[in-house]
Amino acid sequence: MIPGSSSFADFLASYAPELLPGQGRNVQPGSTAGEEIPHGTTIVASTYAGGVLMAGDRRATAGSMIAVRDVEKVFPADEFSLIGFAGSAGIGVELVRLFQVELEHYEKIEGSVLSVDGKANRLSTLLRGNLGLAMQGLAAVPLYAGWDEVLRRGRIFSYDVTGGRYEEQLFHSIGSGSLFARGSLKKLFDEDATSEEAAAAALQALYDAADDDSATGGPDVFRKIYPIIATVSEAGYRRYTDEEVAAIVDRMLEGRMRRPLGPTAPALPSADGEGDAR
Amino acid sequence: MSMPFYVSPEQQMRDRADYARKNIARGRGSIVLQYDHGIALVAENRHRALHKISEIYDRIAFAAVGRYNEFESLRVAGVRMAELHGYSYDRSDVNALMLANRYAQLLGSIFSNAGEKPYEVETVVAEVGASSEEDEIYRLTYDGSVAAEHGFAVMGGAAETLTTYVSERYQAGQSLATALALAVDTLGRDSDEPRQLEADHLEVAVLDRTRTQKRKFRRITGPVLERLLTPEPAAPEAAPETAPETEPDSTES
Repeated sequence: MIPGSSSFADFLASYAPELLPGQGRNVQPGSTAGEEIPHGTTIVASTYAGGVLMAGDRRATAGSMIAVRDVEKVFPADEFSLIGFAGSAGIGVELVRLFQVELEHYEKIEGSVLSVDGKANRLSTLLRGNLGLAMQGLAAVPLYAGWDEVLRRGRIFSYDVTGGRYEEQLFHSIGSGSLFARGSLKKLFDEDATSEEAAAAALQALYDAADDDSATGGPDVFRKIYPIIATVSEAGYRRYTDEEVAAIVDRMLEGRMRRPLGPTAPALPSADGEGDAR
Repeated sequence: MSMPFYVSPEQQMRDRADYARKNIARGRGSIVLQYDHGIALVAENRHRALHKISEIYDRIAFAAVGRYNEFESLRVAGVRMAELHGYSYDRSDVNALMLANRYAQLLGSIFSNAGEKPYEVETVVAEVGASSEEDEIYRLTYDGSVAAEHGFAVMGGAAETLTTYVSERYQAGQSLATALALAVDTLGRDSDEPRQLEADHLEVAVLDRTRTQKRKFRRITGPVLERLLTPEPAAPEAAPETAPETEPDSTES
């Protein structure tokens, strides 16, 4: 009954520290986690006109084995922000859950909502608690995206395992397939895109990641397992339904039947400057 | 060395109860009542920032009267308990009865502990269910006693009079506008001279079971509240949502 911090994680640390991520797992010094722990792989985030979007594939791998085909790696952090993770699935999910409670807790205790920077910094603090495990191979890093009510634009933050926080411009990707996804998104990204166009570009990026990275899963049309796409905008959180994603995926696959490498950007700007936006 | 005066336990408890009751009666009342789509919580409150009504968890809300710092600490303890429970088990494992029992323990032990003054608060813990039969309303008093209420619960100094007034007028399955009208009418009758309470003197929130979000608590303020309070036969009874209804998917995996 002592007035305390408005942080749920701080409360947990003083009241039930064993429930914090990264606690209660006694990994021996010097040892590293095995290959059998499921890993989540590729997440992409991209801004669009009036919002920010995050998409994640559904594959979790343990070594060379596909551990889960329909894992979820993209979640609403609160009404106006998204969080996704790549890396050790157990740690990632735990981090996401704690972060969700953390934001909701603050909102209830203080009666106000944290700023986007405040939320992004808080995530960085939570992440720092996991450094010990990360050193032993149990690393998970989040990608955070939120709608900034004050600046009226979507913002994206990436993190490293030490809790370092980096604000990304326009778009970003994390995970083992991120190299390919980022390259792909760089060519397809359009600042003025609608949410549907941004969703299509993100799906193309995930497809390219799955094409070249074995740990990233492509859309599984046979089992009807599609990437997760979610957006936040002024209107709040919205997750694309499987039907909506399937419709874009079908069109994308149709295009890839004709052109397996996917859409191309013009190699040189056209005379009117089109294709020279960035 | 002087001997302390002997005070019988009965007298001591009576004194403590009188003390708490008197101080609670100084503040304005609050009322919680069911309507067709959930539970409405209404308090007379002239402060915009200091809440007497608040969200505890997904389906659970809290209303209180009495000393602000005391019920605020109860509220924070409740939020913490609920979040901790939901985090270590599952969100669906958090319920109002559990919370009411903890509050009862806390209030009861403070009341009977001679070293502390009793809390000058009365609270209600309400949980909206899938249907109105499954709604739960628990009323807790300063001494830790709990009562499971059906339909409505009134808190504050004039609670007994007001309870009689509501019980004669309360109808199960009433619309939100009707429920609010009754609540406002009731709260204005805490003294001999009935008062007409204005929207800006009221704090109103609902636990709306039709809300598709997991968090069913919603404050009703400003124009929406004024519209609901306007006695108009054709008044829309379901207030429009300020945010679009989207279903945040389950994140507990």
